[in-house]
Amino acid sequence: MIKKEMIAMLLAGGQGSRLGILTANVAKPAVGFGAKYRIIDFPLSNCINSGIDTVGVLTQYQPLQLNTHIGIGIPWDLDRNIGGVSILPPYEKSKNAEWYTGTANAIYQNLKYMEYYNPEYVLILSGDHIYKMDYEAMLEFHKANEADVSIATIRVPMEEASRFGIIIADEEKRIMEFEEKPEHPRSDLASMGIYIFNWKVLREALLTLSEQKNCDFGKHIIPYCHENGKRIFAYEYRGYWKDVGTLISYWEANMELIDLIPVFNLYEEFWKIYTRSDVIRPQYVSDNAVINRCIVGEGTEVYGQVYNSVVGAGVTIEEGAFVCDSILMKGSTVKKNTKIYKAILAEDCTIGEACEVGAGEESPNETHPHIYNHGLVVVGEKAVVPDRVVIGKNTVIGGITTIEDYEDGRLPSGKSLIKAGDEH
Amino acid sequence: MRAIGIILAGGNSSKMQKLSNKRAIAAMPIACSYRAIDFVLSSMSNSHIQKVAVLTQYNSRSLNEHLSSSKWWDFGRKQGGLYVFTPTITIDNGFWYRGTADAINQNISFLKNSHEPYVVIASGDGVYKLDFNKVLEYHIEKNADITIVCKTADAAMDISRFGVIQTDEDLRITEFEEKPMGRSANLISTGIYIMRRRQLIEMIEKAAEQEHYDFVADVLIRNKESKRIYAYEMDSYWRNISAVEAYYKTNMDFLNPDIRRYFFAEYPDIYSKIDDLPPAKYNQGVTVKNSLIASGCIINGTVENSILFKKVYVGNNSTIKNSIILNDVHIGDNTYIENCIVESRDTICANTTYVGEPNFPKIVIEKNERYVL
Repeated sequence: MIKKEMIAMLLAGGQGSRLGILTANVAKPAVGFGAKYRIIDFPLSNCINSGIDTVGVLTQYQPLQLNTHIGIGIPWDLDRNIGGVSILPPYEKSKNAEWYTGTANAIYQNLKYMEYYNPEYVLILSGDHIYKMDYEAMLEFHKANEADVSIATIRVPMEEASRFGIIIADEEKRIMEFEEKPEHPRSDLASMGIYIFNWKVLREALLTLSEQKNCDFGKHIIPYCHENGKRIFAYEYRGYWKDVGTLISYWEANMELIDLIPVFNLYEEFWKIYTRSDVIRPQYVSDNAVINRCIVGEGTEVYGQVYNSVVGAGVTIEEGAFVCDSILMKGSTVKKNTKIYKAILAEDCTIGEACEVGAGEESPNETHPHIYNHGLVVVGEKAVVPDRVVIGKNTVIGGITTIEDYEDGRLPSGKSLIKAGDEH
Repeated sequence: MRAIGIILAGGNSSKMQKLSNKRAIAAMPIACSYRAIDFVLSSMSNSHIQKVAVLTQYNSRSLNEHLSSSKWWDFGRKQGGLYVFTPTITIDNGFWYRGTADAINQNISFLKNSHEPYVVIASGDGVYKLDFNKVLEYHIEKNADITIVCKTADAAMDISRFGVIQTDEDLRITEFEEKPMGRSANLISTGIYIMRRRQLIEMIEKAAEQEHYDFVADVLIRNKESKRIYAYEMDSYWRNISAVEAYYKTNMDFLNPDIRRYFFAEYPDIYSKIDDLPPAKYNQGVTVKNSLIASGCIINGTVENSILFKKVYVGNNSTIKNSIILNDVHIGDNTYIENCIVESRDTICANTTYVGEPNFPKIVIEKNERYVL
């Protein structure tokens, strides 16, 4: 009989709507990060580095990119005879068919997958964060405390604590109380959304709460276990952990990678991050190029100037172009004499010649000020910007745009220009 | 494709000087991200050859490591796959490979147990892309016994390293001179051959009976009258890297955008083993001009007209010009390197200078202690 000590269930179905147009066509875990990675590479690499070789990836929102990326798991050594990585989309059952309606509901719908591997423990992960964490150390903690449930936590600055799920634990780290985004937090221990459950405890809770609408770990399963006197412990993680849920935090996390010695260091031999690389050819820097404080992916050709930027694989920056404080994802092209300031370009974008992107004074975005802010310009996947246009700050551009879409050749700060349905 | 592949990757060449002390020529790094053997392996894979044997003998540790998994070239198959044959002692043989023909003879069961009608034989030291299906079509059309893929050498090429060929008007080979002293003709053999599998078995067994061990001298040249040997002329890029100057020049060729486009942007692709390296990092104040940089590099100084292979660290205020820095080299601060090939895993001390002659690169091998934070 198959027996795995611990298997991981990775929740990768969310849209991540606060990333705006970046997640219009891809699920958040599949969004590119740090020139050659995707966000999901971090939890997947953590799994294999922690000795977990069985990972179920629950997908729902726009899974194509994610499926292609994960494939059979070769880059993470998760192509296994028994176990390995499995993609678990919602499916039709004989009596009903429903989407994943909540984090715990998604796990509930895959009880059979977990039963097959007959685990002692189940690790619940989300595909939203940039971090390196040894889940095995957390499991040791879980076992040492004879816990039923362990929640990974991190200390956050007290003034920011009200943005998180806060945990109040006793001296033995046993959890006494929870507060979801409290106005006056009583502790600085924030939940990271990473749980280890004893399989039997998890199974019982999921079955009992199977009728619960939008069943969620934080809102339903953990409180249920708490009420029933289960031993719930807070495991304290000390290390780099970055939420990339908003455009500005995503931008900042990328920019941290170009520091002389980055806090989150990808160059360490220990705890490697693995990813699928479709492009392996070398990058080329031309005679007239200037490149300073950048990280650059494979196959990129630089003929212009790039400063303080994260440049993905297969990008072309043509002669006379100037790119500063920006993130350029895989396969984008910046044409001649174009200037780009503080922008995020999703995959396979084309910015025409002699444009100015990120120009002028800031002005809040008219339609989604809570998404597009901090002066960022965001260009969606496969978008095209014509030659000689000027684009302001806090703007968003999607689809194939032409010069007719820009009044007087300008897109003023705070405007959105999204042309839908151009792809088909 | 109805053919199996054999890659002769056993050889060493004194023309590689100290570079071959470390590895077989087929394992020489090329164009930042690749090894020489990737080009023939990718061409075979892209031509849908499903079963390939690599015959290796000299210093094969590095090559074996590179070939440790066959999945990168899509040879991780149930049907066929990638076989690496090194000499073994058996009940009726206790020798190393005494030559290329002997290498095939010692693995004749690989040929006998296959069922594909044709065999493609190639060496592991060529840099090119080739659709072997086209060569096979030509081979059948010419009703040839053996087809040799040939290339017209340009004036700059040192043809004394190659087999030089003369043909009649129909491209049937009339003369085949191995490594000639003079320049009698300009058509050279690329070391790529196609023939029927049974024909090869027969010729190899005959050569073995007569205790002849070299494929070119004893199988091809001896049979040039009795067999119909044809030349297939290749008109695309092809270079052999088995001499230091050629190796240096071939790498530098990749600074040419047309050559990069031909190999990397045009279908089909060249595959290689994937190393999980982070993106290349350019720190404050670097100057990089006309250079190719692989992933995992961290650059602090100046790099001009050079090729940096994977995981090279360039210290502050150091300058690298017209040089090739192989994998995992650490270059200290205030160092000057010009016209050099720096051997992989070297550590170059701070405040040192290495200068070679233009087009005659100096090979730098320094095994200093490396202190890494």
